Amino acid sequence: MNQSIDIASIRAQFPVLNEQVNGKPLVYFDNAATTQKPHSVINALQSYYQHDNANIHRSAHTLAARATEHFEATREMLKLFINAKESAECIFTKGVTESINLVAASYGKLVLKPGDEVLLTEMEHHSNLVPWQRICAETGAVLKFIPVESDGSIHLETALACINSKVKIVSMVWVSNALGTINPIQTIIETAHGIGAKVMIDAAQAASHFKIDVQALDCDFMALSSHKLYGPTGLGVLYGKRELLAAMPPYQSGGEMIKEVFLTHSTYNELPYKFEAGTPNIADVIAFKMALKFVSDIGHDSIASHENSLYHYLLNAINHASLKQLKLIGTSSNKIAVQSFEIESLHHFDVGLLLDASGIAVRTGHHCTQPLMRKFGIDGTVRASFAIYNTTDEIDYFIAALQKICHRIK
Amino acid sequence: MKTINEIQDEIVADFSLFEDDMESKLFYLMDLGKKLEPMDSAHQTPEFLIKGCMSKVWVYPIFVDGILHFEVDSNTEITKGLVALLVKIWNNRTPSEILNTDLYFIAQIGMGNMIGSQRSNGFAGMIQQMKLYATAFQSHN
Ligand SMILES: Cc1ncc(COP(=O)(O)O)c(C=O)c1O
Repeated sequence: MNQSIDIASIRAQFPVLNEQVNGKPLVYFDNAATTQKPHSVINALQSYYQHDNANIHRSAHTLAARATEHFEATREMLKLFINAKESAECIFTKGVTESINLVAASYGKLVLKPGDEVLLTEMEHHSNLVPWQRICAETGAVLKFIPVESDGSIHLETALACINSKVKIVSMVWVSNALGTINPIQTIIETAHGIGAKVMIDAAQAASHFKIDVQALDCDFMALSSHKLYGPTGLGVLYGKRELLAAMPPYQSGGEMIKEVFLTHSTYNELPYKFEAGTPNIADVIAFKMALKFVSDIGHDSIASHENSLYHYLLNAINHASLKQLKLIGTSSNKIAVQSFEIESLHHFDVGLLLDASGIAVRTGHHCTQPLMRKFGIDGTVRASFAIYNTTDEIDYFIAALQKICHRIK
Repeated sequence: MKTINEIQDEIVADFSLFEDDMESKLFYLMDLGKKLEPMDSAHQTPEFLIKGCMSKVWVYPIFVDGILHFEVDSNTEITKGLVALLVKIWNNRTPSEILNTDLYFIAQIGMGNMIGSQRSNGFAGMIQQMKLYATAFQSHN
């Protein structure tokens, strides 16, 4: 583990961290919503449009070849990043949302029969809930949920007990965006495979925090979003095992995804292109490689160690500041550096306004997890979420702002 | 008793003291909420909740001798400050005074910037409801 990462030099790579908000230096604690982008990513975007812009995969000219090469280089890098067996198992999408919709619409429709079960948890992001509601309504399959405990975790035994022979698909979040809880997916994947079910993992919140190895996990599908991983917005990845992707019908149809088209029928391209209809998000895919490189160069161990120390610093500081009106939501011991909370007699939205007045960006609301909020009997929380560029000084400033707010109420 | 516009001018003057200090403006709103007369909890029923607010805001009208009086409360402090501003301006006025008010203070204190668009919608809901009560009691008269 490399303890000597230089946060100042990492911060220097993120131009947006120099912004002033309401006359105060920006403190960006909304990383679970989207991370900021390093110079390398921003420069790659600009450089593509300045030097290489061309449509990919279908032209003889130099620029097209260059663009295609850079585009496919990201796929190769991604393969290494998640340890896929082959790069063709990595499909570019708009984001986690589209990746899950693709699997639900294509694989879900292919396998689900009336009475089959699709197993989720109660802490899913709406993007891993609504697509399954729709495909279940269409196929007659039934949604089931692994319950969430009061600390925001799921009990492994309870989860395993939900995996019966009717379950055909388990789709669950690796790390909860609202609470930060890390779920015990490895054992769930093994157990699900034991009864022949397939498992999709929503890794939106996991990818920037710890190393992903899809072969070691043996998950069948995994979804990632570039923008939560220091990369551009509007881009994500669907990883799927080749034998499953190969058997699945296309999701969208048009250019790129075909082999041969006749007036009345068509044959489809091979993986991954079968699932990449139309001109893809070329510039962002190319720039995404620099984001993957940024994370790999620092190393997941160093990132996790820095973020964990920030998180423990935060919990300690909250305890010491004796913020009596502050109630933590999501207190499991196995978490990433995300903390949701409420302040008594203030609406979460107003806490967000007050913190913004101090230049502090946090998320407020239901975090696209309304059923989870309902379970906790609330309509939203304030959420602080950390990334590699955050510092203990920023946490001190945040705590001081919270103290001032708590002092003013009552 | 001060006129409606004298009170609006006072509010504008108070907020201008804070210049660009957004935090102090929000704290000032919270303090206004704290100074409100307590609301009879028996009046905090769904019927008197303002629709379209993220927080719970109750407005209970009392109409005596041609004059409207508002009992108000909220479960959150900034919203309570917002409804307190309206009470400051509109308490103990006739329905027609309320209905003829140009609430120019809202733009002058930069309310939109201060509370954001979501809260602004809720604030507009409070104004609308208080005017509806004024209309109802005016025709009642
Ligand atoms: C856990 C989780 N799943 C899915 C998503 C959806 O990601 P996207 O909006 O990038 O498709 C998010 C984003 O907030 C998330 O946090």
